[in-house]
Amino acid sequence: MASPSTETPALPLHMRRERFDPPAEMREIREQPGLARVTTPIGRPAWLVTRYEDAREVLGDAARFSSAGLPVIPVPGTTPEEQRSGNLLMLDPPEHTRLRRLLTGEFTVKRIRRLQPRIAEIVDSHLDAMEQAGPPADLVPDFALPVPSLVICELLGVPYSDRAEFHRRAAKQLDLTRPLEERGMVAAQSRAYMAELVDRAFAAPGDDMLGMLVREHGDTLTRTELIGVASLLLIAGHETTANMLAIGTLALLRHPEQAALVRDDPNAAAPAVEELMRFLSVVHTGVPRTATAATRVGDQDIEAGDVLVVSLPAADRDRALVEDPDQLDVGRAASHHVAFGHGVHHCLGAPLARMEMATAFPALLRRFPTLAPAIPFSDVDFRSASVVYGLRSLPVTW
Amino acid sequence: MKIKADRDVCIGAGNCVLAAENVFDQDDDAIVVVLEESPEGKDADAARNAVGSCPSGALSLEE
Ligand code: HEM
Ligand code: HEM
Ligand code: SF4
Repeated sequence: MASPSTETPALPLHMRRERFDPPAEMREIREQPGLARVTTPIGRPAWLVTRYEDAREVLGDAARFSSAGLPVIPVPGTTPEEQRSGNLLMLDPPEHTRLRRLLTGEFTVKRIRRLQPRIAEIVDSHLDAMEQAGPPADLVPDFALPVPSLVICELLGVPYSDRAEFHRRAAKQLDLTRPLEERGMVAAQSRAYMAELVDRAFAAPGDDMLGMLVREHGDTLTRTELIGVASLLLIAGHETTANMLAIGTLALLRHPEQAALVRDDPNAAAPAVEELMRFLSVVHTGVPRTATAATRVGDQDIEAGDVLVVSLPAADRDRALVEDPDQLDVGRAASHHVAFGHGVHHCLGAPLARMEMATAFPALLRRFPTLAPAIPFSDVDFRSASVVYGLRSLPVTW
Repeated sequence: MKIKADRDVCIGAGNCVLAAENVFDQDDDAIVVVLEESPEGKDADAARNAVGSCPSGALSLEE
């Protein structure tokens, strides 16, 4: 397994990037018939799905392509069943359907719209702090990471004062170059922490989402499931959006005329978010799928038990989705992208993530109209060896 | 144009509401509700867009 310092060359193709773009090889593979072979970070051979239509086919058919086949990392003190319990990403219908239906009510477009004023407040208070401290700032710790963290903490009912620890744990859990034992140990700590919060919610359910889930579904949701759900929401709820905010800002700053559009036109934010999502597709692949029977994808014979990884950035740069896919164009309607996944596992938090981004990007650009990277583009520290692509830091000035 | 929504298939992602607010809504469990079965003009375009962006395949339309 690669050490963090040698990350880029040792990474499998589906986790490599060239700054904003999938590696050039990915394009060649997409244009050849059949599917290429890759090896996942844990050393399993897999088929690489790169075309938009193939991606929608695989992600859209949970009966043919299971998400439940993944071996989980051994975590001290729990069984694999306990670890899967409540983790939507690793469940198939009908278990998946049952659990997802208990949660979707918390994430309707209407519910999330009610959070908008609070999200705007959180965004503004971080911009105030940046302004008071004066330039330069590091956009990752000063803005991109704390905003979605605070939002998901308030929503779930996780004390924000614990953030330093769970940030550290989440980053390690999603870092695929770390030794499995270490990721397992960290996962055990995360579970123990979440178990405490869940027990507190069962004892005295508050107004937050954990409290609401206990009040409304406490009779059907088990303690283990709630621990799984809460852990998933906490990690998925901030690592992803944080990386989009950081790398999305950099992409806008590299295209000043498009940044100006997002800054000046209130109607530009929502479509710009979709285009940034498509162009950057920060989640490399989603969970690997396992074929449940012999089948065919993209003119390739697949055997039962074969593993498939779907490259979301490759699919979102396919000409079958948009014209000039390698250009960022925040003015186009790109809402059919697969950056939030597709099929029954399509991102549960998408309405929240969209709201956070559509609030944060324009607010940042309006507050600092002269915002610019404080380092040369060639020195930007991209982070690849994680489930979520993004930036380690982004020094900015104004 | 006539819109059909299969509420058993819907996963409540809300893409349809964002794409065509006059045509779709979600109930308290986030499951799709069709507000306008036969949209016209701009709403018809928005509805076509919504059908394409639905991740679960719950939506279909007859032109
Ligand atoms: C949106 C959020 C997430 C996405 C897209 C995602 C996606 C992935 C991907 C692509 C892998 C690679 C597996 C391989 O290479 O074989 C993986 C592994 C894993 N993920 Fe996630 N993940 C997410 C969130 C989480 C969360 C919240 C947890 C735990 C609480 C988690 C637990 C794991 C574990 C335990 C593995 C290791 C599987 C293995 O290496 O055998 N994931 N995930
Ligand atoms: C820009 C930000 C985000 C991106 C790019 C993103 C991306 C994704 C992707 C690609 C998947 C599908 C994984 C697969 O098919 O294997 C997914 C699933 C999921 N996401 Fe997100 N996500 C984001 C924000 C959020 C937020 C804010 C939350 C929670 C509050 C969240 C919660 C989840 C959950 C719970 C799932 C699992 C759904 C299921 O398996 O049914 N995500 N996300
Ligand atoms: S987009 Fe599809 S899955 Fe999402 S709420 Fe609408 S009908 Fe349901």
